[in-house]
Amino acid sequence: MADIFTTIYHWLFNLITGLGASEGLATGIIQFLGAFAIANFALLILVFNIWFERKVIARMQDRIGPNRVGPWGIFQTVADLAKLLSKEIIIPDGADLIPFMFAPVLAVGSVILIWAVVPFAKSAIGTDVSIGALYFVAAGSLGIMAILLAGWSSNNKYALLGAFRAVAMLVSYEVPIILTLLIPVLLTGSMRMNSIVDAQRIWYFFGVPLAAIIFWIGSVAEVGRTPFDLLEAESEIVAGYHIEYSGFAFAMFYAAEWAHGFAICALMATLFFGGWRGPGVDQFPTLGAFYFITKTFLIYFFQTWTRATLPRVRIDQVMNFCWKFLVPLSLLLLILTVVVDKVVALSGAIPAYLSTQSFAAMLPRTIVLLTVNLVVGGAALLWIARAGRVERERRAVQMAAIESGAAQQAGK
Amino acid sequence: MQITPVTVTFAIMSIFALGGGLGVVVNRNLVHAALFLVLSLFGIAGLFILLEAPFLAAVQILVYVGAISVLITITIMVTRRIMGIRESVNRQWPVAAVVAVLAFATLGFVIVSQFAGETPVSDVPPESVAQLGAQLVSSQAFLLPFELASVLLLAALIGAIVVARD
Repeated sequence: MADIFTTIYHWLFNLITGLGASEGLATGIIQFLGAFAIANFALLILVFNIWFERKVIARMQDRIGPNRVGPWGIFQTVADLAKLLSKEIIIPDGADLIPFMFAPVLAVGSVILIWAVVPFAKSAIGTDVSIGALYFVAAGSLGIMAILLAGWSSNNKYALLGAFRAVAMLVSYEVPIILTLLIPVLLTGSMRMNSIVDAQRIWYFFGVPLAAIIFWIGSVAEVGRTPFDLLEAESEIVAGYHIEYSGFAFAMFYAAEWAHGFAICALMATLFFGGWRGPGVDQFPTLGAFYFITKTFLIYFFQTWTRATLPRVRIDQVMNFCWKFLVPLSLLLLILTVVVDKVVALSGAIPAYLSTQSFAAMLPRTIVLLTVNLVVGGAALLWIARAGRVERERRAVQMAAIESGAAQQAGK
Repeated sequence: MQITPVTVTFAIMSIFALGGGLGVVVNRNLVHAALFLVLSLFGIAGLFILLEAPFLAAVQILVYVGAISVLITITIMVTRRIMGIRESVNRQWPVAAVVAVLAFATLGFVIVSQFAGETPVSDVPPESVAQLGAQLVSSQAFLLPFELASVLLLAALIGAIVVARD
């Protein structure tokens, strides 16, 4: 049964070839239109997302949130956009003009590039390249260059300090992201996004929840949202790397951050929550887009929830948490997953690459992997609890020493 | 020569690669030179895509643009008084130019004498990434160089930690 995306494709193809264009040209035009549509979707959905997030956070914090412009304040973002568009872009003295203006473009571009490999439905994917997962990491790494450019070209020491801090953090958190991204890739045996989705008769989240959680923590840090919003620490480095940007140039950094926040939700849905998979999707492929968007928004709600709930952490805690906890844990998890998966396959219980074909065949493998994940995750939690207790005792001893010293001073 | 999308893309990517390389050499401002290096590496990634080697293209972006260029740029930025240099620091550029031309001529001669007039060897296999992965761990192919490179990187990693702890 043909789905709506294939139908639209054929309709457009016939329309353009009917106008006298060659088949190659028609394909090119449709590809351009598809890229145009996906890029605009990625940016225009922000108008809704920003309102959504402000409203949700307001309700969680017992406030009302935007409520003036339109019903439930839904046009608040439109008004904000008009304001930002009409503001002047101030270029500081001594700024390096070309990198200064190019940095926001690169920041937005690197995020929009991610959407090229996000499968909305089986036939609705920008380009199903054989290296989809790797492409996502490569596109994300361009954003680091944008931050560095912005920080340096602003000719402002706070911007440069903010850029260094941001780059250190982003480069660090790429390590656990890549290591946990490898797990769905090796369970599928392919880096192709559609294959990864197709293989999830049981969501990978149920097989490797720990990998999903580490990937999620790393992604949130990569976007720089609370609790990892140290890219713009008002108390320490003023606004961070984009301190000198105003008007629409600032709006582009803002848009890049929010679009990235939404893009990681889409990737999370794709890699660990079965993407467009859902009941009845094999008969009616169009349903896939509905499932995908629903999952993405549920994860986005979860992200907003985290943001409204958790306090932010210090920069040294952020770096320690990454290098001393997440990286060893994800390395261990990766090696264990490889070994266990191979042992299960070699023991003959389930042939590894056939085990993704049906729900029943995938079940034993999922249970084995889930057990491994629970054991590792439980051990990691115990380790954290112990580290916390040791730290608290150390602090208590320090405080006691200080207090007894103060008492002696007072006694003299 | 026929103008197709492939030749147009090849031209654009070559301009990126060669123009970026030229920019690296002639720029006095080191940060600008580093940015031109990024442009040049980006052009090479584009050429990899044209050669139907998407894995190499993605790794090119990830490793060279995302990591090595960032490292170079940060090194330049934190090195004191290296940013303000406007005049050349030494007069050895003619020697360097001669060496560069000689290296270019040698490489060009080898490439032309080896590959001139050859038609494409074979079609790109559909699952080239999987084959690449299998070759990297196959004892008949690249297992030894692959493992040696890993050991080298591990040694560099440990060395960096030792230097940092001193």
